[in-house]
Formats: sequence, C-alpha cells, structure tokens
Amino acid sequence: MERTSDERILQSSPLRKLLSRPELGSVVGALAVFVFFAVAADGFLRASSLSTVLYASSTIGIMAVPVALLMIGGEFDLSAGVMVTSSALISSMFSYQMTANTWVGVGVSLLVTLAVGAFNGFMLTRTKLPSFIITLGTFLMLTGMNLGFTKLIDGTVSTKTIADMEGFPSAHAVFASTLTIGGVQVKVTILWWLGLVALASWILLRTRAGNWIFAVGGNQDAARAVGVPVTRTKIALYMGVAFGAWISGQHLLFSFDAVQSGEGVGNELIYIIAAVIGGCLITGGHGSAVGSAVGALLFGMTSKGIVFAEWNPDWFKFFLGAMLLLATLLNAWVRKRAEATT
Amino acid sequence: MTETTGRTPEAVERTPRTTGRTPGTPERAPLIELTDVSKHYGTVRALQGVSLEVHAGEITCVLGDNGAGKSTLIKTIAGLHQHDGGTLRIEGEETRLASPRDALDRGIATVYQDLAVVPLMPVWRNFFLGSEPRKGSGPFKRLDIGLMRRTTREALLRMGIDLRDVDQPIGTLSGGERQCVAIARAVHFGAKVLILDEPTAALGVKQSGVVLKYVAAARDQGLGVVLITHNPHHAYLVGDRFVLLKRGTMVGRHTRDEITLEELTRQMAGGSELDDLRHELEKDTP
Repeated sequence: MERTSDERILQSSPLRKLLSRPELGSVVGALAVFVFFAVAADGFLRASSLSTVLYASSTIGIMAVPVALLMIGGEFDLSAGVMVTSSALISSMFSYQMTANTWVGVGVSLLVTLAVGAFNGFMLTRTKLPSFIITLGTFLMLTGMNLGFTKLIDGTVSTKTIADMEGFPSAHAVFASTLTIGGVQVKVTILWWLGLVALASWILLRTRAGNWIFAVGGNQDAARAVGVPVTRTKIALYMGVAFGAWISGQHLLFSFDAVQSGEGVGNELIYIIAAVIGGCLITGGHGSAVGSAVGALLFGMTSKGIVFAEWNPDWFKFFLGAMLLLATLLNAWVRKRAEATT
Repeated sequence: MTETTGRTPEAVERTPRTTGRTPGTPERAPLIELTDVSKHYGTVRALQGVSLEVHAGEITCVLGDNGAGKSTLIKTIAGLHQHDGGTLRIEGEETRLASPRDALDRGIATVYQDLAVVPLMPVWRNFFLGSEPRKGSGPFKRLDIGLMRRTTREALLRMGIDLRDVDQPIGTLSGGERQCVAIARAVHFGAKVLILDEPTAALGVKQSGVVLKYVAAARDQGLGVVLITHNPHHAYLVGDRFVLLKRGTMVGRHTRDEITLEELTRQMAGGSELDDLRHELEKDTP
C-alpha cells in the first residue's frame, strides 16, 4: 500500500519530548531557586530546614493539585482559599456545638464542603457564566459567612478550642501530626500532598476521566460532540477542589485547636500561581499535577529560603511575582519550541 | 479488529467498480432514503420536497449555495432535528432520529466543518475521545494506552495516512490531515454512513485533493458517504449521485451517468451567478 506521509513531520527526538512536558519550566526554575538558596542561605540544606520547606510547600501543594486539574479543565476557583477556612470552621463548630466526637464534625465538614464545590460546578454549567464570576461570588459569600457565623455562634472571630474533645488526638494524628522518618521530622501533610499528586497524575494520564478533563479544557464543544459528559466532568473537578479544601481545612483546625475565621483570603491566588508556574495553561487543556507540585515547592523554597537567608520577608511577594512572570514566560517559550512544526 | 484490504486512496479517478453494481439498481435497500422531506422553522420553510438516497460504497453529493438548506438537510440525517414532512428510511425501515446519539447508534457519523478535535491533545487521545477502551478492573481500571496508540496508527494507515508520531498534538496537523483523522475515527467506530459537512471548504487546492482521496477511501471501505459541498468540481470527482438544493427546494437529482460536470456546474450556479462562476473557472484552468 502506498502511503502518503508528510515529510514536514520530523521524528521527535527525546529532547523534544522532554521539552514538551508541561512541568519542564517549573523544574528548571525550582532547581535554580534551590541552588540559589543553597548558596545564599546558611543552613538551607540542613535536613530540618528542608523538612520545613516541604511542609510549607505541602500546605499549598494539597490545594494546588485539584486547582491545577480544574485549570486543565478550563476553569478557575477563586473560592478555594476561603473554602479551606469554611471547611475548618464547619468541622470545629459542629463538633463543639453538638458536643460530638470531632470525627463527626470532620465528616459533616466533608459533606458540606463537597456541596459547596458541587454548587460552584452546578452554577457554572447551568448558567454558562464565566467561572471567574461564579466563584468570585462564592468567594465573597463564603468570606462573609465565615466571619458572620463565627461571630454569631462564638461571639468572637475565632472558634472555641476543641482540643479536649473526644476524637481530637486521632484526628490530629491523621491531619496534623509530625512523623519522624530517619531522624527527620516530617509533617503528615507532606504525605497527603504526595498522595494527592500521585492520585491526580494517575487520573489525568491513565484514566478516561483524565482524557475528559483535558478535552473539556481544550475544546469544550468538541468534547461534547463526541460524547464526553462535560457537565459531569466540570462539577467533579469543582468537587475535587472542595475535597482538597477539606483536607487543608482539617489540617488548619487540628494543627491548632481553633480557627481564625478571617483566614484563607488571598490563598486562592497562591494555588493558581503554583499551578501556572507548574505549567498549567491558563486557558485550559494543558498542564500536569506534578507541575503543580513543583510550583508549590518553588513557593515553599522561596518563602522559607528568605527566612533562612535572614532577609526581610516583606520581599517574599516580590519574588513570588517575579517567579510567576519568569515561569510563565519560560513555559510559553518552551511550548512554542516544542510545538514548532518547522 | 478486521483488516480491510481497501483500494489505495490514490484511486480517486473513477475506476470500474469491482462490485459491478451501477447506481440506481441497488440489490438491497439504500442505507438512507429520504423521500419528499420538508422542514420548517416556524414560518420559515427551510427544506421542501427533498429526496435522496445513500448506498453502501457510494458517495451522494449534496450541492447548493449558502442558504440552500444543506445544513438543515444534514442536521436532519444527523439527528440534530427532526423532519416535519416526508419519510426518512434507514436500511428500508421508516424512522425518526431522536438525537445525534440515536443517529450515531444507527451508524450515522457526522464530521462537521469545525471538526470535533481538541487541538492540544495527542492524536491518539483525540481519536478515542468519548469512547476510550479500558483494561483492568475496580479502582485500577485504566486506559488501554497501548491498544489506543496501535489502533490509531492502524486505522489511519488503512486510510492511507502514515502518521509517524501519534503522540503529537492534533493541532500540529494540517487542516486536511485533521479532517482525515476525523474521517478515520468515524470509519473505525463502525459508521455505516458518513456525513461530511463541507470538508474541503476551508482548504487549499492540494489539501482538498488529499481530503477527497480519504473520502474515496472511506467509500472503498464500504461506507455510504454524504458529501456536502458547494464546489461542483470536487463533487464530480468522487460523486455517484448528486442532489442540488436551492433556497430549500430540490432543483435537481442525478446519477453520475446522467450528467456532465458542465451541466452540474450550470445547474448549480444558474442566472446571474454564472458570470462570477465562469470567471472563477477560468482562473482554475489557465
């Protein structure tokens, strides 16, 4: 059989394959930042310091994973930051007010948080408004409810302590304990983070749902035309963010024993930044869970590295902004090189 | 997987059919038969008295200018909306198509102009999008990636497209190649009837030729093809039957042996538009 082949398609070299990986830019950036602080900050390379860096990364990373999936699916969630606080508040207040086992509060919190995520997804797919508007609305409403309900029920801006309640030690162990692995103190959130990255990577690359996530982000109409359940996929993605918010929220609660109701505002942007630095395309259809982890790691290294280097931490935001720009430019450049067909 | 030994797609130029069947004398019911079909949008008459037949291994061309009702006609066959009058028979059985899914289940696949592909996704992921094969069970149920890659490559090869790298984003393919992937996908998923909505409209001369080759390749694999076009030259290259639409009504219905290219072109244009067309034709043949 005679074949029509296109002489313009070059055999893609391993290098080209590597360049087309979404997380490449962030890995290069992370290495650079790592070397920089290893030289500039004394003690950055100590095991305890690295553990601190990883902990800071994990608190962002747990949320960056589902936010990255959502972004690959073509949407934003601006309510992700305060949703963490809401989740913690619900858990704490339910247990305290009902004098129930803390695990009951944890369970109720999971259901309510997932419902908020489902609400976001449902509103988005139903109204067809931009996710920016829908979740901005949820963001403001949750912010108000966090403060309003806490003041209404507890009289102050923070919840009552639940440290002496039944189930607290075991919940603390699951969500906020510190393990000692090989003489190094490791926060349990790091395990949650790694677990989530692995799970999300599996879903994205090896399952039908992953194929659908890329498709709804890349070309929603085409996806619908070939039978992809677009609505279901998007709602599930928002519920994924809610699930992440629940884990982060329980960590927030059980790290201490009470929750400040005003927390979380602004974190949604940090999650988005981590995902974008990690190679997620802001318009959807491209990105990876591993990339979001590298983005979160960059965040952790910078925020703690500045402290280890004994600089004024006020500069942190500046570095974060500069990194975002650099990473995005690098990603754009890499992608252009990888997709060039000449 | 059944290996089809179709003729090479290079055989666009009409060669005597091995089936020995002449258009107009089918030995069994047509795959699709429209008789006197009409469709109204409110008070607007979009289609009136249109009849056409689609046979296995043949190409039925629907010709018409913009607004002639071509889109309405294919949407009726594709199940996007239902006809108001006349009958629609699928393999001899009178029916109404409830939805695109219904049409798809009966083996009618439509490749639209804007092509249902996701540009950033690899070719093999696009090929199986919405119908992904899986292996394993329970929480370890996963995409059968090996099978997907292999099948994509083979299905494209059968259509005569040798894609070395099925991992490249489909957006890096040319418009014609993307069209061909979409056709190959429809063929692979067991379509009996393939509806192509202006597959050559946005393409250059050479690319159009490539696409027509694959249309012919699909025909040679035994599919009934409905080719929507406003280009009589393209239609005459591959078509077995021609239906001409104008302002929602059928102005002509011919088999290949009844009509010449000149006659087809004349009927298609007609009146004042003919001058423009002649101008265009003169450019085509310098």
